[in-house]
Amino acid sequence: MTTTPAAQLVIETDTATEPASVTVRCAGAWTVREIAQVEQRLAALACPADGQLRIDISAISALDTAGAWLLHRTIRGFKQRGTRVQVDGLRSEFGALLELIATRSTTIEPPARARIGLLASIGQKAWRNLLNFSGMLAFIGENAIVLLRSLVQPRRIRWRAVLYNLQIAGFEALPITGLLSFLMGVVIAYQGADQLQRFGANIFIADLVGLSMLRELSPLVTAIIVAGRSGSAYTAQIGTMKINEEIDALRTIGVGPLELLVLPKILALVIALPLLAVFADIAGILGGMLMARSMLDVSFDVFLDRLDDAIRMSSFLTGILKTPVFAAIIALVGCFQGFQASGSADSVGQQTTVSVVQSIFLVIVTDALFSILFNWLHIWSYLN
Amino acid sequence: MPQTTSAMVDIHNLHTRYGKAVVHEDVSLAVRPGEIFSLVGSSGCGKSTLLRAILMLLTPVSGSIRVFGQEVIGLSDEKALPLRRRWGVMFERGALFSSLTVAENVGMVLHEHTQLSGALIDEVVALKIALTGLPPDAGAKYPNELSGGMRKRAALARAIALDPELLFLDEPTAGLDPLSASGIDELVRNLRDVLGLTIMMVTHDLDLLWRTADRVAVMDQGHILGIGSMMELSQLDHPLIREYFYGPRGRAAREQAWKKK
Repeated sequence: MTTTPAAQLVIETDTATEPASVTVRCAGAWTVREIAQVEQRLAALACPADGQLRIDISAISALDTAGAWLLHRTIRGFKQRGTRVQVDGLRSEFGALLELIATRSTTIEPPARARIGLLASIGQKAWRNLLNFSGMLAFIGENAIVLLRSLVQPRRIRWRAVLYNLQIAGFEALPITGLLSFLMGVVIAYQGADQLQRFGANIFIADLVGLSMLRELSPLVTAIIVAGRSGSAYTAQIGTMKINEEIDALRTIGVGPLELLVLPKILALVIALPLLAVFADIAGILGGMLMARSMLDVSFDVFLDRLDDAIRMSSFLTGILKTPVFAAIIALVGCFQGFQASGSADSVGQQTTVSVVQSIFLVIVTDALFSILFNWLHIWSYLN
Repeated sequence: MPQTTSAMVDIHNLHTRYGKAVVHEDVSLAVRPGEIFSLVGSSGCGKSTLLRAILMLLTPVSGSIRVFGQEVIGLSDEKALPLRRRWGVMFERGALFSSLTVAENVGMVLHEHTQLSGALIDEVVALKIALTGLPPDAGAKYPNELSGGMRKRAALARAIALDPELLFLDEPTAGLDPLSASGIDELVRNLRDVLGLTIMMVTHDLDLLWRTADRVAVMDQGHILGIGSMMELSQLDHPLIREYFYGPRGRAAREQAWKKK
């Protein structure tokens, strides 16, 4: 590879004549990689408006569009200010290029970007959120209709897709759910052990672990894991399909995207999440039991005996009954955000983030609402 | 190989495989400086794969590929960078970065590889966009807001951002209406005549071939059946080549080309 000589510029100012005349001698390769220095010096080039500017380009060894543009721009700039410009030594092979640039340059004005004020951007965001919210409501409605139609004609349900999703979102989530829930049980027992020991109430470790895991923690932990694992996957899958126009293709073939893509996911999660939560219950209690023996000398027998007294059916049900609702939230939000993706790869990433944040947020808010509801309606007493 | 050292792209005895499927067997060809060289052949005959091998996106089994006189097979990324700056590539489906506007797509290359000021880069970008025949307001648009033809032009603007010496075009007119396609013909010729580019393209478009290509290589199932000008090739006796040139579409394009001359 031959090394190209960098673009050079020699500026000679002749102040003897009146008005002053400036001669610019250009040399070297005026190519996109070489003209960086020349550009700054040309920008600083001064010539009185009534003076004369001579540009000698005979020594330019190579010229590309960027170099030609720089020359053209400089010449045009001085001409507009009224300076007389004379170009010497134009070689025929560069003539065509300079001419091409000159003919095209009339159309070239780097477009100015519209700027948005603070107030306007707040307004736009609020409007977008409102649209998003109403879009979500419409999406829930559409899915309800599809679900009802499928319940009337169960053959329309895509059982293969349901089973597939059940395996991906449910079965394959078992190890991570179990492990995290087990650790949760360990942590609760560990934190509680110190306090209980102080009152000599070691045995109540079973109440602590059992109630907190069954009623709150294992449904929550499971929902959060599934939102991160499957909710995000749903958004990314549907978002990518949307961008590749696969969703449109489905519609034209006459297959409803909701029936094929959304409903199986909702059904699968509504089945999988309660099962996962039961598994998480067991794993969490195992963790607590292990900790109880090593920290508080509560043997497995004693622990299980106490557990039997401490927790009732109602404790188990208050936890488990929440999970189908969590599942519906995760699947709906995940799929809805996927459908909101548009255009760019960036938007799939953004929607996936929004999907996970929103579904975890909504799961926790719903959990709080459930607590209030159960308390308010005294549902426990009915369940006992 | 005395005369091949000056070739822009020089391929010798190339063998390529995808898994177990043989893509190229003993392919040799050379692209001379300043010419428009075209690869033609039926779908799946390995044209695009050959392009990918030249662009170092795929490693061949054996053989040699020289670009600007330098062997590219097994070249490290660091050593490949100077080469990559000297060529421009336009992919079949554009491959524009979807999260950037057209102007940002083109400008990104300049920001990455030159030290020019932001203002000059903006102007050069606007110039390139105008050169490819896009309206000035296309620069501020995102690729998904453009039509297929405009996207191709935008991809071409990005490919010529650095004023490459060698330009690779993968199906430059595929999926375009005849008017846009003939715009591309003119553009390709203009680029070569005014900027002195060497162009290597893969295409099915017989009109484009008749109007622009200096030399054409016909590929079939990983072999090269013949290399020559369109006129020379159309007189060859190989059945596949004859079918290609004298099929209904081939004949129409050929007659069109005759009328022009």
